[in-house]
Amino acid sequence: MQLDSKSPEGPLAEKWDKHKFNVKLVNPANKRKYDVIVVGTGLAGASAAASLAELGYNVKAFTYHDSPRRAHSIAAQGGINAAKNYQNDGDSVFRLFYDTIKGGDYRAREANVYRLAQVSVNIIDQCVAQGVPFAREYGGLLANRSFGGAQVSRTFYARGQTGQQLLLGAYSALSRQIAYGKVKMYNRSEMLDLVMIDGVARGIVTRNVITGEVENHAAHAVVLATGGYGNVFYLSTNAKQCNVTAAWRAHKKGAYFANPCFTQIHPTCIPVSGDYQSKLTLMSESLRNDGRVWVPKTVEMAQRLRKGEIKVADIKEDDRDYFLERKYPAFGNLVPRDVASRNAKLMCDEGRGVGSTGLAVYLDFAEIIQRTSAEAVSQKYGNLFAMYEKITGENPYELPMRIYPAVHYTMGGLWVDYNLQTTVPGLYATGECNFSDHGANRLGASALMQGLADGYFVIPYTIGDYLAQTPPKPVDANHPAFAEAKAGVQARTETLLNIKGTRTPDDFHKALGHIMWEYCGMARNAEGLRHAKAEIQKLRKEFWSDVRVVGTGEELNQTLEKAGRVADFLELGELMIDDALDRNESCGGHFREEYQTPEGEALRDDEHYAYVAAWEYQGDNQPEKLNKEELVFENVKLTQRSYK
Amino acid sequence: MAGSNPNAKPMNLTLNVWRQAGRHTSGKIVEYQVKDISPDMSFLEMLDVLNEDLLRKGDDPVAFDHDCREGICGSCDLFINGRSHGPEKGTTTCQLHMRKFSDGDTITIEPWRANAFPVNKDLSVDRSAFDRIIQAGGYVSVNTGGAPDGNEIPIPKEISDRAFEAATCIGCGACVAACKNASAMLFVSAKVSQLALLPQGHVERKTRVENMVAQMDKEGFGACTNIGSCAAECPVGISLENIAILNREFLAAKATSNNLA
Repeated sequence: MQLDSKSPEGPLAEKWDKHKFNVKLVNPANKRKYDVIVVGTGLAGASAAASLAELGYNVKAFTYHDSPRRAHSIAAQGGINAAKNYQNDGDSVFRLFYDTIKGGDYRAREANVYRLAQVSVNIIDQCVAQGVPFAREYGGLLANRSFGGAQVSRTFYARGQTGQQLLLGAYSALSRQIAYGKVKMYNRSEMLDLVMIDGVARGIVTRNVITGEVENHAAHAVVLATGGYGNVFYLSTNAKQCNVTAAWRAHKKGAYFANPCFTQIHPTCIPVSGDYQSKLTLMSESLRNDGRVWVPKTVEMAQRLRKGEIKVADIKEDDRDYFLERKYPAFGNLVPRDVASRNAKLMCDEGRGVGSTGLAVYLDFAEIIQRTSAEAVSQKYGNLFAMYEKITGENPYELPMRIYPAVHYTMGGLWVDYNLQTTVPGLYATGECNFSDHGANRLGASALMQGLADGYFVIPYTIGDYLAQTPPKPVDANHPAFAEAKAGVQARTETLLNIKGTRTPDDFHKALGHIMWEYCGMARNAEGLRHAKAEIQKLRKEFWSDVRVVGTGEELNQTLEKAGRVADFLELGELMIDDALDRNESCGGHFREEYQTPEGEALRDDEHYAYVAAWEYQGDNQPEKLNKEELVFENVKLTQRSYK
Repeated sequence: MAGSNPNAKPMNLTLNVWRQAGRHTSGKIVEYQVKDISPDMSFLEMLDVLNEDLLRKGDDPVAFDHDCREGICGSCDLFINGRSHGPEKGTTTCQLHMRKFSDGDTITIEPWRANAFPVNKDLSVDRSAFDRIIQAGGYVSVNTGGAPDGNEIPIPKEISDRAFEAATCIGCGACVAACKNASAMLFVSAKVSQLALLPQGHVERKTRVENMVAQMDKEGFGACTNIGSCAAECPVGISLENIAILNREFLAAKATSNNLA
């Protein structure tokens, strides 16, 4: 299939306005004749469900949580970007667009990113109107902070809990529509398949995780806002339940999966402390505004530190290597995430890592505390410092934090066109679930921006264009396609319950995570990737013959839920490897060791790889087919990213 | 891999865990032993160890709600040794670490106990009553689009900060579980205060508090008798002051109501 991005013609700045005028509209009286399913209630899902309901569509919203407010968007800490230029420091829509394209290492679609920058300003207004308590200055106006990959201050925040406050805003808008009866909310319902009728998305199959009941839901269009797949690594900053299942089942029904190997490793996470570790905790990137990253200058000193022979305070200023400030004087500690992560790994590879495992670098606040006060620092980062102390038992006001990179976000996802429609007509993907805006690396404070942009300001227009061309007659939930999909879901549950093997789903998940982190993590090479591919195939075979799930499918069975998700991760993992093998270049979060500059920076190959890799499912255990969307850059010049 | 504190010794613990097959069955406390628990583990990681153990033996693992494991999603909700989220102040269960316990301890783990929070299974309860309270009025009625510029209405920093403090409620229900009356006043007051403090919330100020309180009563939560255990046990430090604000808002609304229905 020829991939058509449907990017509108014309000058960049006029594309979205023109497109909004050109899309077809649904008559207000007809909107109530259309049903739309929204899966997921994070920023992208809750905002879409609320906005579509406000327009008059009948929305059915789904979450596997006990409440829509629990979605993982809630854990985003640092902030949300918007090109408001409130700080008078030279920001503009074009600059936000440019920073995002450059930060993404020139692997995102220009038109989508520009639109994102355009609507960013509306998001802030909308959230303020909802009662989101953003940080403010003494004069009563909104405050901003800086974030990695930008030289202007454009990040709006609510202490270290911006995601929480934005999500509660979207949740409140959603709650209002639930009360009005315009959204029917299905809590504790996990999407397990997409239903297609005549090549078009017409509904989903869900399992009520409390009762085990498998249900069909019909609609005229389906929006997936089901987040990212970082948990394929087992350990990540994602919440425990985050999974790829909804997107993966859609993929198997014909939605192409784009750039799966583009995963973001976040530089500032609390290091692993033991093999019982169940997840990793992020320390917001905003900490790099004031914290200074360093390791001891010599390996010998680092060794003595690890053994406890010397203490941090014993290391003199001259013996500390503030490696980001040294290597990247222009951006210093605020280089983009991929650069910061890779450099932390380099230091540890050299043997200069700290902490008992040697897999950590310091993030030090001594200077800012001395320059201002502990109280001022607490005002800004209080909750983050408290969280750090709870987890590690160390006080970051006295000792520098120990940090290490961890999987945080996935830039890849379902391929979508300018309308956010996947390759399946009637199926849309928003937020982290799609691939569209961040290229090969996402800048900090841009995930919240994208989730809300898609949900509040893009999908309400673009889905109308599709629905206007769909007859407003009810979708038949008794169509055989529903019964077939439902039977498939039930059969799979039975299969998982009947294997009665010896290894737990977590056991398989950890093994998969280990393979992915070792061979498809911060640095990759062809040989390792090929090895990993074989390992995953072996593991997947073992899974289907040796996984152990107890209990039944007709009750709350968390082991069963886990097993189903791990099964999908085992397939996705292999596709990520294929994608990483195909991309013979380094860009953003994808660092292929074979392709680097003499200074060890990522070496892109724009001539051969300036494309989106969109993978097409070909059947169980068949190699997927690669489709390419060539990226055209008309408004930015492709250069090697330099943050020096 | 060694932990951050190489001198910390692993612990052996006895767990008394509430097991209940479903909403309409009766439950009981079942005793389990867990061994070699690292003090650096979180409480939920300790339960992971128990569950992996149970699963390997072919037993049904203990169901409990959890997700972000960083104290913000509000999913985890264990009543540990008679206290919401356990012994550490200002901490959710997922952020409670085993270094707060000692080798040989017996730990009792129960679900939230409240009529308005029926048990789903074992330690998992149904907190959808909280959602319905928010649906009754915990929002500002603005549709997407058409909002004025974010800086159009300046808000004094002190007011904005207070609204933020109230808005940080994670909706976990610890306040209800801690209250002898199973009252939801702290939860409701947090949202009412946030929106009463901000100018954006003023338009619907009266109907909001009336409707939310009415829904709270309808859900079967108990009355507030000013004991304050809710605020004492709140993992994110929602202040009791919010209940005072709620009472004031409620009285003022009732006295001057626009709600003519």
